[in-house]
Amino acid sequence: MTQTHQHEVIIVGAGGAGLMAALYASRGADTAVLSKLYPTRSHTGAAQGGIGAALGNLEPDKVEWHSFDTVKGSDYLGDQDAIDYMCAQAPEVVYELEHMGLPFSRTDDGKIAQRRFGGHTNNDTKQPVLRSCYAADRTGHMILQTLYQNCIKNKVHFYDEFHVLDLLMNDGVANGVVAVELATGELHVFHAKSVVFATGGHGRIWELTSNAYAYTGDGVAITLRRGLPAQDLEFFQFHPTGILKLGILITEGVRGEGGVLINGKGERFMERYAPTVKDLASRDVVSRSIYLEIRDGNGIKGDRYVHLDMRPEVVNHYAELDGRTLPDGTPYRVTGEQLLSKVPDIVDFCRTYLGIDPIKEPMPIQPTAHYAMGGIPTNVHGQALSDAQGTIVPGLFAAGEVACVSVHGANRLGTNSLLDLVVFGKEAGKMAAEYAKSADYKPLEANPTDFTRQQLDRILGKSGGEKVVTLGEEMKTKMMDDVGVFRTAEGMASAIEKMRELRERYKNVSVDDHGKRFNTDLLNAWELGCLLDVALATAVSAHARPESRGAHAREDFPKRNDAEWLKHTLAWMDGDQVRLEYKPVTITKYEPKERVY
Amino acid sequence: MLVYLKIYRYNPEAGRNVPSFDTYNIEAEPTDRVLDLLEEIKGHIDGTVSFRRSCAHGVCGSDAMRINGRNMLACKALVKDVGTEITIEPILGLPVLKDMIVDMEPFFNSYKSLMPFLINEDVPADGKERLQSPEQRERFDDTTKCILCAACTTSCPVFWSDDQYVGPATIVNAHRFIFDSRDQAANKRLEILADHGGAFRCRTAFNCTEACPREIHVTQAIAEVKNAITSGGVEH
Repeated sequence: MTQTHQHEVIIVGAGGAGLMAALYASRGADTAVLSKLYPTRSHTGAAQGGIGAALGNLEPDKVEWHSFDTVKGSDYLGDQDAIDYMCAQAPEVVYELEHMGLPFSRTDDGKIAQRRFGGHTNNDTKQPVLRSCYAADRTGHMILQTLYQNCIKNKVHFYDEFHVLDLLMNDGVANGVVAVELATGELHVFHAKSVVFATGGHGRIWELTSNAYAYTGDGVAITLRRGLPAQDLEFFQFHPTGILKLGILITEGVRGEGGVLINGKGERFMERYAPTVKDLASRDVVSRSIYLEIRDGNGIKGDRYVHLDMRPEVVNHYAELDGRTLPDGTPYRVTGEQLLSKVPDIVDFCRTYLGIDPIKEPMPIQPTAHYAMGGIPTNVHGQALSDAQGTIVPGLFAAGEVACVSVHGANRLGTNSLLDLVVFGKEAGKMAAEYAKSADYKPLEANPTDFTRQQLDRILGKSGGEKVVTLGEEMKTKMMDDVGVFRTAEGMASAIEKMRELRERYKNVSVDDHGKRFNTDLLNAWELGCLLDVALATAVSAHARPESRGAHAREDFPKRNDAEWLKHTLAWMDGDQVRLEYKPVTITKYEPKERVY
Repeated sequence: MLVYLKIYRYNPEAGRNVPSFDTYNIEAEPTDRVLDLLEEIKGHIDGTVSFRRSCAHGVCGSDAMRINGRNMLACKALVKDVGTEITIEPILGLPVLKDMIVDMEPFFNSYKSLMPFLINEDVPADGKERLQSPEQRERFDDTTKCILCAACTTSCPVFWSDDQYVGPATIVNAHRFIFDSRDQAANKRLEILADHGGAFRCRTAFNCTEACPREIHVTQAIAEVKNAITSGGVEH
């Protein structure tokens, strides 16, 4: 029996963006949050190193520098009006998080502590700047907990373990969602005036990933199926330092605190690729450098990994060579104890999963799929857009990793994802409530759950068909090999064919569990369908871009081509066909120039 | 190496209304997580085996379960640490809904009952951060690490037998605010915890401290709360 609920604002997803949106939307409208996980399980909680804001708590910093660094980091594909807005909002939202209770680490004089991070610089000296506001190496955990705590304080209405499977539209206007209640297997219709998608990313497309099992691209897949476009999917970030074979993230904060990357010859190879900021270059640059070292046989023991070294003697050695000083001008030197207090969780991960102590031994690392720069196109108010002209989809909003504003362009800087989800979660929440106050409930269609039921029944109606894991493994391997850090026309073409084949085979997928209660078998299968859709759209978007920009690195087109390709991709999906259009990048004051670190 | 797994099964909907165990033999590496083994079984052998999981590296708190009789996160328990004969059961003291999936509502309701949010409406006139010294921040650092996985609460013998007891996780989260120099409601929280379902129910069994996957000194945190109650409050 399908139940129908009505709330003015429905927020889908309870990570940082969803919870921030909920806090703001609930001030002005009847709001409910739907999440397939308990809110505190959301992947925001895995973010480690910090949230970027030019507070200047330890040394001079400026919002304008943060903006420029973000534009440069984006390889000039980020929209500069949106970047300016985000960086200008950054100090205010960081203070707001502190006011909500977030337990930031502190400077000696009691202010919010800040550390170095990749691509964040003093624009005058070109040297790394202390901009990342952190709480040890569990900043995301603290943001998630703090926002959830404030939602409890403000009595926000949650539907926990309700997995949204469809977006409802009436004549081009969003008017609700369909969700399955995990505990009962029943479908529920949520009739709304505003729907905010804050569903996170899709890093589970790739074999080696830092992303949670839950990161299955639900939001992008659902909107693609409803005829809306996805923007810039070809730009997906590979974080340089994932734990060997597992992909678990080792924060860039390790390098911010002085850790260095070392190859099999014992060389600090980033000196060759980024002479000025070295190990703190942008993530795309560092990931490519690691791949090139491995390709040249310079991996550790010739194998497919390098070392991240944060032993205090190594940190101090290179800090001395670099002439690194503390803000008071004294030489930068660290002890093992200090490092442990700065990145305790990293030390724990290494001990648990590698059986090594990173204070005494270097960490074996390789690049790991990490973050979707692309997603549902939105403007700076979080309003979803339906075309290259910027037409707004009434009632639909998106924020956080699922959205593409675009503030990250072709490559995101570390610490800007937490900033993005707080700034734009807040804006989307405010706007969703404001819109709800001026709009009426658009009537629901006669059988709003039909499309969802079709999808589930197709899976449940089969037995002895294709296995979810088999298709998933084939997808991940192919995407890692051919739509990964380096790409070629030939490889991507074969990936497109492979994704089409897998989507065809997916029609015959079957599951063992045919029950209703907590049917995670069925929902894993449904999620695989999302991943395959997003993977195909990603491969097609990537194949069509014959240049190298940010995270999209073509071996056959190694140069950036601003004359023809300084533009965003929009992808629509129709069956197994993906249609592409392009829209201009907003340039305000930073003219594109060559990107060197 | 060959690993022998014994997995708790319960699913009234499918006629399995009496808990029982299914057994599986699978090939594994010593560095495999117990979660990897469960995924292997679910993906390749029996898709009906049900459990929660998300991050797979010990930070989201979804996959607390009893592994060889001890509460752990399946994603932080490695074969080399738990051995090649592995029994997996749901955590104790919360109603089992299906296999390793338990009803978390009582746990979260208890958590919410202690006002788990900072109470302090004063913000500096310049709109910037409130100041807090590194020492003041350090005072409650340990309890900020909690991921609400329920491993501590469901390892507590008092919690198993006494449905009035709020449980260790709730006290840990109260501790996180009571000892935060910015919070203004420590006495209110202590008053609630002085009540009959509160901190003095703890019999210092230390199960909670052993169970915590974040290595929080849970029993110590509870003891600090007890001390604060008996000494009439906290000073920051």
